[in-house]
Amino acid sequence: MTTLTARIRAFFDETGNLSRFAGHFFSLGIKPRYEFRELLAQCYQIGYKSFPLVGLTGFIMGLVLTMQLRPSLVSYGVESQLPVMVGIAIVREIGPVITALIFAGKIASSIGAELGSMKVTEQIDAMDVSGTNPFKYLVATRVLACTLMLPMLTLLGDAISLFGAYIGVNIRSVTSFNLFFTQIYQSLSFGDVLPAFIKTFFFGFAVGIVGCYKGFNSSKGTRGVGISANSAVVLSSVLIFVIDLLVVQLTDVLGLN
Amino acid sequence: MKIPTGKTGTPMGEPAIVIEHLYKQFGNNIVLNDFNLTLQKEENMVVLGKSGAGKSVLIKCIIGLLRPDKGKIIVGADDVTKLTHEELDRVRSKMGFLFQGNALYDSMTVRENLEFPLRRHWIDVTQKQVDDMVAEVLENVGLAQTADLMPAELSGGMQKRIALARTMILKPEIILYDEPTTGLDPVTAREIDKLILSLQEKYHTSSIIISHDMNCVKTTADRVILLLDGKCYAEGTYQELEQSADENIKQFFE
Repeated sequence: MTTLTARIRAFFDETGNLSRFAGHFFSLGIKPRYEFRELLAQCYQIGYKSFPLVGLTGFIMGLVLTMQLRPSLVSYGVESQLPVMVGIAIVREIGPVITALIFAGKIASSIGAELGSMKVTEQIDAMDVSGTNPFKYLVATRVLACTLMLPMLTLLGDAISLFGAYIGVNIRSVTSFNLFFTQIYQSLSFGDVLPAFIKTFFFGFAVGIVGCYKGFNSSKGTRGVGISANSAVVLSSVLIFVIDLLVVQLTDVLGLN
Repeated sequence: MKIPTGKTGTPMGEPAIVIEHLYKQFGNNIVLNDFNLTLQKEENMVVLGKSGAGKSVLIKCIIGLLRPDKGKIIVGADDVTKLTHEELDRVRSKMGFLFQGNALYDSMTVRENLEFPLRRHWIDVTQKQVDDMVAEVLENVGLAQTADLMPAELSGGMQKRIALARTMILKPEIILYDEPTTGLDPVTAREIDKLILSLQEKYHTSSIIISHDMNCVKTTADRVILLLDGKCYAEGTYQELEQSADENIKQFFE
């Protein structure tokens, strides 16, 4: 019972600390001095360097999804609807969520480990002493880069995923490029694309803030750095699903589904 | 009263740092308990004490990395304990801090490590001035050829010198050294001791040096204080403390 109480208390402590950390981002991040050079460097590291991984997984996801769906649709005699089904699934749900999870695995762990290592080797203190607010320089730039880059990666990932789906369709049948994408384009509505795109900003923010929070609060030693990296991935992945659930409920209430 | 004289022979009179009734505790562990200290200008003061006695906590309070629970830390005309982050940055530009583990930014080259504090504190500085200052401090620590290397490519002693160069680049009036010779071989440690003295002579800095290395203490200290139970237990020159009959003092000199 005591253990359960302690765990519940620890959960609320962690939630409170994370919320306060996120609050600092909004209170400090919007004040000058702005770290544009570091922001650009982080956009390059976080966005550009994640593109090959997101592109490859997106392509395979589109291809495999198409190949797995085909037998079911063939059995119902609606094989022609394959592009529509795959298109909606990728754009509305699978593309944003899978891209965000891959992004969390790569970026949250990397930020957690980097900042954790900087913390235990006193580099963050050295930065503070050097007249630099480490929160603005390290945290605000990384969180902002994650928030901006994940939507871009999702758009690119969706496009590559749909191309993978096109290849998947053409393995067993012949469909022209124009027909495939026209079918998808005609089936998608405003309510499919916009909420799916907007939620990726929240996914990116969650990945960035959790990675930075875990790194900044890393305990002493290399083991602490490992734990920070690992828990950053776990917590940001869980948050992605929670945000996704909330967005689905919200779009349902707003009649966008 | 005799005015103390620094290693460089300069008379010391005005205080660089005054600490009054400083308290700091972590949980139930009282680390600093009514601690008082005055560091004179151009003085090298060594703080001795057992591990966990609060030596590093003391200098982290001085530089503003830790907030004391009570007490005053006067640097120049400012009480560091009451400053905002922006005001603290202004005071910090007059102070340097050499970290025990060097704390070099491992994703930056040596040059970028040295440029970093310059770019942050002196926003209007030109690239030519930056290059000149980087060259000067690298020359001072005898590592002019390492500018484009990464910290991981340097030996422990070289990293310590670069960390010292980074500390010196803003030409601080006060330098806080956190165990500057820990983890170094005796030969390199003596080189660092000499470097500390030569830089003090050149830039007329005041220093607080945390050390367990008695050779370092003997070489660098104008005055030694012993931190025990959160208080300044003893104070004097190296020779005075070396001759003390007090058991708590003697154990450091045996």
